[in-house]
Amino acid sequence: MPESLISARGLTKKFGDFTAVDGIDFDVAKGESFGLLGPNGAGKSTTMRIIAATSRRTSGTISILGRDPEEHGPQVRAHLGVVPQQDNLDTELTVTENLYIYGRYFGLSKKFVNKKVEELLAFAQLEEKKDVKVEALSGGMKRRLTIARALVSEPDILMLDEPTTGLDPQARHILWDRLFRLKEDGVTLIITTHFMDEAEQLCDRLVVMDKGKIMAEGSPAELIKEYSTREVLEVRFGSDRNKEVAPILREMCDRIEELPDRILLYVEDGELLLEAIAAKKLHPNTSLVRRSSLEDVFLRLTGRSLIE
Amino acid sequence: MNSGVSVENIRRNGALYVAESRIRQMSKWKGIITLVAVGNPLFYLVAIGIGIGILVTENSGTSGTGGVEYIVFIAPALLANTALLGAMDETVFPVMEGFKWRKMFYAINSTPITGPQIALGVFIAALVRVAFSVFLYWIFLVAFGVLSFQDSWMAMVVAMYGGAAFGALMMGVVAGVKKDDYFLTVLGRLVITPLFLFSGTFFPLTNMPIYLQPIGWISPLWHTTELGRYFGYGQEISGSMLSIHFLFLTAMLVAGIKIANIRFTNRLLK
Amino acid sequence: MRSAVEIADARANKPGHQLYAGRARAIIERASIALRSSTWVPIATGFIEPVLYLLAFGYGMGALIGDISTSAGAIDYTVFIAPGLLATSAMNGAIYDSTWNVFFKLNESKLYQGMLATPLGPLDVALGEIIWALFRGLSYSIAFMLITAPLGLVPSWSALLAIPAAVLIAFGFASFGMAITSYFKTYQQMGLINIALLPMFLFSGSLYPISVYPDWLEFTIKLLPTWHGIELIRDIWFGVIDFSSFSHLSYFIVMIVLGLFFTTRRLRDLFMR
Repeated sequence: MPESLISARGLTKKFGDFTAVDGIDFDVAKGESFGLLGPNGAGKSTTMRIIAATSRRTSGTISILGRDPEEHGPQVRAHLGVVPQQDNLDTELTVTENLYIYGRYFGLSKKFVNKKVEELLAFAQLEEKKDVKVEALSGGMKRRLTIARALVSEPDILMLDEPTTGLDPQARHILWDRLFRLKEDGVTLIITTHFMDEAEQLCDRLVVMDKGKIMAEGSPAELIKEYSTREVLEVRFGSDRNKEVAPILREMCDRIEELPDRILLYVEDGELLLEAIAAKKLHPNTSLVRRSSLEDVFLRLTGRSLIE
Repeated sequence: MNSGVSVENIRRNGALYVAESRIRQMSKWKGIITLVAVGNPLFYLVAIGIGIGILVTENSGTSGTGGVEYIVFIAPALLANTALLGAMDETVFPVMEGFKWRKMFYAINSTPITGPQIALGVFIAALVRVAFSVFLYWIFLVAFGVLSFQDSWMAMVVAMYGGAAFGALMMGVVAGVKKDDYFLTVLGRLVITPLFLFSGTFFPLTNMPIYLQPIGWISPLWHTTELGRYFGYGQEISGSMLSIHFLFLTAMLVAGIKIANIRFTNRLLK
Repeated sequence: MRSAVEIADARANKPGHQLYAGRARAIIERASIALRSSTWVPIATGFIEPVLYLLAFGYGMGALIGDISTSAGAIDYTVFIAPGLLATSAMNGAIYDSTWNVFFKLNESKLYQGMLATPLGPLDVALGEIIWALFRGLSYSIAFMLITAPLGLVPSWSALLAIPAAVLIAFGFASFGMAITSYFKTYQQMGLINIALLPMFLFSGSLYPISVYPDWLEFTIKLLPTWHGIELIRDIWFGVIDFSSFSHLSYFIVMIVLGLFFTTRRLRDLFMR
């Protein structure tokens, strides 16, 4: 394993009686893009805050570049660029001023920051908006600015908490493109998300979290291979008949999941199964063969969907 | 299909529906409203009425305040001030909120309720708050023997009338405010404070140099206070001055409602 | 060119490095940038309020009250209230900046959250915000002097020392105000601050000597910071410096230390949970 930037063992965080993070272990290597996938309330954001030295753990150990964030909070934060779930840009300032002053918070020289700001405006594709107050920006622009702001100190690790939640598809793709570039430049990314497509797109390796625990760990392909079949056949018989046919279908595949509106059938070859179903004169209203995704992994591990 | 919605009813009672919802919202803060209604003027009454009263009596007896104790002199002014501030609170904030901060006037307007009905509803609710605050404070003044129970109730009524006039004017003004960046700060510092200080509240307006007196002349607080002093403890005021005070407030009331109606209608059309 | 990491590492062994990164000036720089693009109206009108009080009470009440007897002899009423109003405006300004402004940045814009995700510590934020508020307090005090001096209300050159004293008083109030604000979550709760402050100001002797009160009330008022502030400025204004002046001064030094300690702790607890 290459040099480990972050290493957590038995990491636990309790708020009163509630256990938000429940004894998790993980490592993040240099240059890696590491994802925390899970539904809302799984403990992803709390884990991020502990890494970012803005939350104190209840027990366990964590080291970031060899340092304990509780002992060396400012030094750890100097290595990080933080993109919080909700943009907290400085609404009294313009785009340029936001980038500039954030660099100054790190103690960087005016000369350095001014140069860096130009570079980041180009990176975030906000050159035309540079003298506009941030309130006037669209959601996607604000998000890009927040990411650019986190990069002003040239961090080793960029932490992104739900980076594309609330953005339209086009804005999401622009953002993903920017994040790919950072990955190419060797920045270590830590991303939380409850979107499986985002996790598949951006993460080299991820942990699936639920109720404060890590359920599984691996690359998206490994996880799918280990916890799901190659293909999934989705069939709909209408809400009344779904229940009737389910026992018959159960016999015909590796695994079955009954969802309120449809039935998922896990097999290596979806088309083949569909033909078999048709041969039994069970004609679904609609059918769809697709490849397994992380959504299926999550369903298998927890019995629940990611987005409810 | 009969959905139970009667357009006829809404046409008749729309303003009352709006007022009801406003009053329900207000009642959430009844503790704080009561505290402000009594606490605020009470502190002024004790701190200034008694504290400064002692100095005034030592220096010039009652000659500077028309023959009454200093505390009696300021009581009608504080009563009027309670009315005006209460009216301002319940017009400025709801109208800002309704048009700008949370925009619920637009939602209300998507029912058959019209702009002027919303304005009237907010106004009625403000009057309820004013009546409540003024009544409470009047009871308090009577209980402490500052004003007499039988002879001063009209002072309470004119205070409410002054509150109504000022509230109507504020509705008209605020309905036209598009940018709220510093409106509230300016309102507080350049309108409310000067009116409070230069309306003959703590001393006869004529103590002021003549060039500062016009601030009082255009101040609803001064007109309300003077009427309050006449009805509260019988300060001598000529008949013509009495009519001027009354007419001034009436003109403010009518103009305020007119402006509010026009602005509410136009702004909701957009 | 030093990197962010080198800058932070250089402080790693200093005492209190978790709370203070030695960069309160970055917060002040932010405020001065924000000021450039903000509207001047609310700032400019801040000068006017104490002057209005001075005109109204000076002219209007002066005629009713006449002279006031003080330890500096009998003085004209307008002269008597001028220092009280300077103190009051310094305190009010500090309170406004450290309550409403801070409330917005804590709860609405989440500005401090962003600042504290950097190597900055809570004491950097608290000190920076408070020192900025003091600049404003300082300019208001100077403006008040510039207005009152030509009116003949400033008795001597030494009264200029009231300006730094006003800043000190503002410091005391601002350092406490920020900590108290951190407990409030709604605008209605913030309204309570105003209700609590009104009697403190009205009863603390800005408009008349508190000797008119019964003993128990006089004693209670002497515990309040508002009274100490008004007395301190008044002592300096009239050049009557004695033991009690130093007690007022120490009152504020203690208030500043406690307030900063309190605010830093609160910010740390809020953002380091």
